[in-house]
Amino acid sequence: MTKAIGLEVSLAIAEAVKQANVDIVAAYPITPQTHIVEELSVYVANGELDAEYVPVESEHTAMSACVGSSAAGARTYTATAAQGLALMHEILYIASGMRLPIVMTVANRALSAPISIWNDHGDIMSERDIGWVQIFAENGQEAYDLTIAAFKIAEDHRVLLPVCVNVDGFILTHMIEPVLFIDQKKIDAFLPPFKPAMTLNPDKPVTMGPVGVPEVYMESRKQCEEAIMGSRQVVAEVFSQWGQSFGRDYKLIETNGQPRAKVLFVTMGSQGETTMTAVQDLSESGESVGQVRIRLWRPFPREEFLEAIAGAEELIVIDRALSPGVYNGPVAQEIKALLYEQPQKPKIHNVIAGLGGRDVTVKDFKKMYEMSRKNELDPNYTIWGVRSDA
Amino acid sequence: MSDLAICAWQKLELGTAITSPGNAAELRTGDWKTLRPETDREKCIKCGLCSVYCPEFCISENEEGYYPADLFYCKGCGICANECPKQAISMIMD
Repeated sequence: MTKAIGLEVSLAIAEAVKQANVDIVAAYPITPQTHIVEELSVYVANGELDAEYVPVESEHTAMSACVGSSAAGARTYTATAAQGLALMHEILYIASGMRLPIVMTVANRALSAPISIWNDHGDIMSERDIGWVQIFAENGQEAYDLTIAAFKIAEDHRVLLPVCVNVDGFILTHMIEPVLFIDQKKIDAFLPPFKPAMTLNPDKPVTMGPVGVPEVYMESRKQCEEAIMGSRQVVAEVFSQWGQSFGRDYKLIETNGQPRAKVLFVTMGSQGETTMTAVQDLSESGESVGQVRIRLWRPFPREEFLEAIAGAEELIVIDRALSPGVYNGPVAQEIKALLYEQPQKPKIHNVIAGLGGRDVTVKDFKKMYEMSRKNELDPNYTIWGVRSDA
Repeated sequence: MSDLAICAWQKLELGTAITSPGNAAELRTGDWKTLRPETDREKCIKCGLCSVYCPEFCISENEEGYYPADLFYCKGCGICANECPKQAISMIMD
């Protein structure tokens, strides 16, 4: 199919999961992810997707069911957001520790309290250390493409780790966007059936997820660490294979705007597209400004990131999450830690923006740039646009 | 390479799965103990109550009819010493 079709991004993701020909979907509906799994349940009910749909009673159970089905050798999918992801918390570690290639969409949403159904990255930032490969989609097409690619990454025998594809809640999930869908035959050629490395087979008995005594636990963690570190190369390979097969090339880190610009915005997720417009406008009026978009968040692509920012004098790092009590958002913490070892360090301004669905517009990014030029941005971090009486 | 580890991380099965059933028996858990049981053969009447009460099932009858603990597994809990009707077992520093 070469013609783009306008479709709600949630439904495009559901289509991707259907085309990936999953065996099990175990999910609990939660805003703003509901449309994805609702659509998948329709596919299963209509017989369009030959899979088991497990309508569980909680997200904790959803992830538990996913662990069981993936261990049994089934291609497994789930989706969640915010409180749902938080409720999965302990099982997320089990999925990665047991090396189960589950694919999950997180429709990023703010965590309560106060109750918010709107977008920010607070949910996934609380799950940074779950040992999953974590990817951020920027638009509807990416959400569709990366969901299919995620299965190939997860199931690669060099990886065998769960993969989480982040899409901004509402901003992406509920947006109607033009999406180029791919023919099923081409997807089948790209993504062959799942070949589990280990299954529950009575002829070859195995205990999965046993106790890890102190004589084993550290080696077990090291095994997972090696797997996630090694997955960086596989993600890059799968992305480039995607480009060769379907013409859309994805990189772990994308750059945009003037090459070797003095000031660079660093963004993750859908905000990148808004920043892109601001960067374009500013470039046109002669400013030396560019943008770095982080697509792969875990494992963090250090080399690619350092290459992307080489020569920059100043970074404006946008965080869509607050990490309370440490003076920086999670993305800025990451980047500052990385730059500590580098001989050349750009100045870093961290801007925490768009929490709980607060709009961040082109105008805001232009203002951030303007303030950085005038040295008005806090040298550490700024919580953007907070109304204050002071 | 730490001698506290059973094997190198590369040798662990995927996801730390166990592929040989019952291999927990190979794990020395006896080194958790601080105290170990010692039987006074003068007092011991070979009743075997200690082996009945041992939560590790690591006490069994030997050729002479006594009931020594297998120190490879014994965690030094002292239940045997406590249950012994003749106070024949004392817990001594390991």
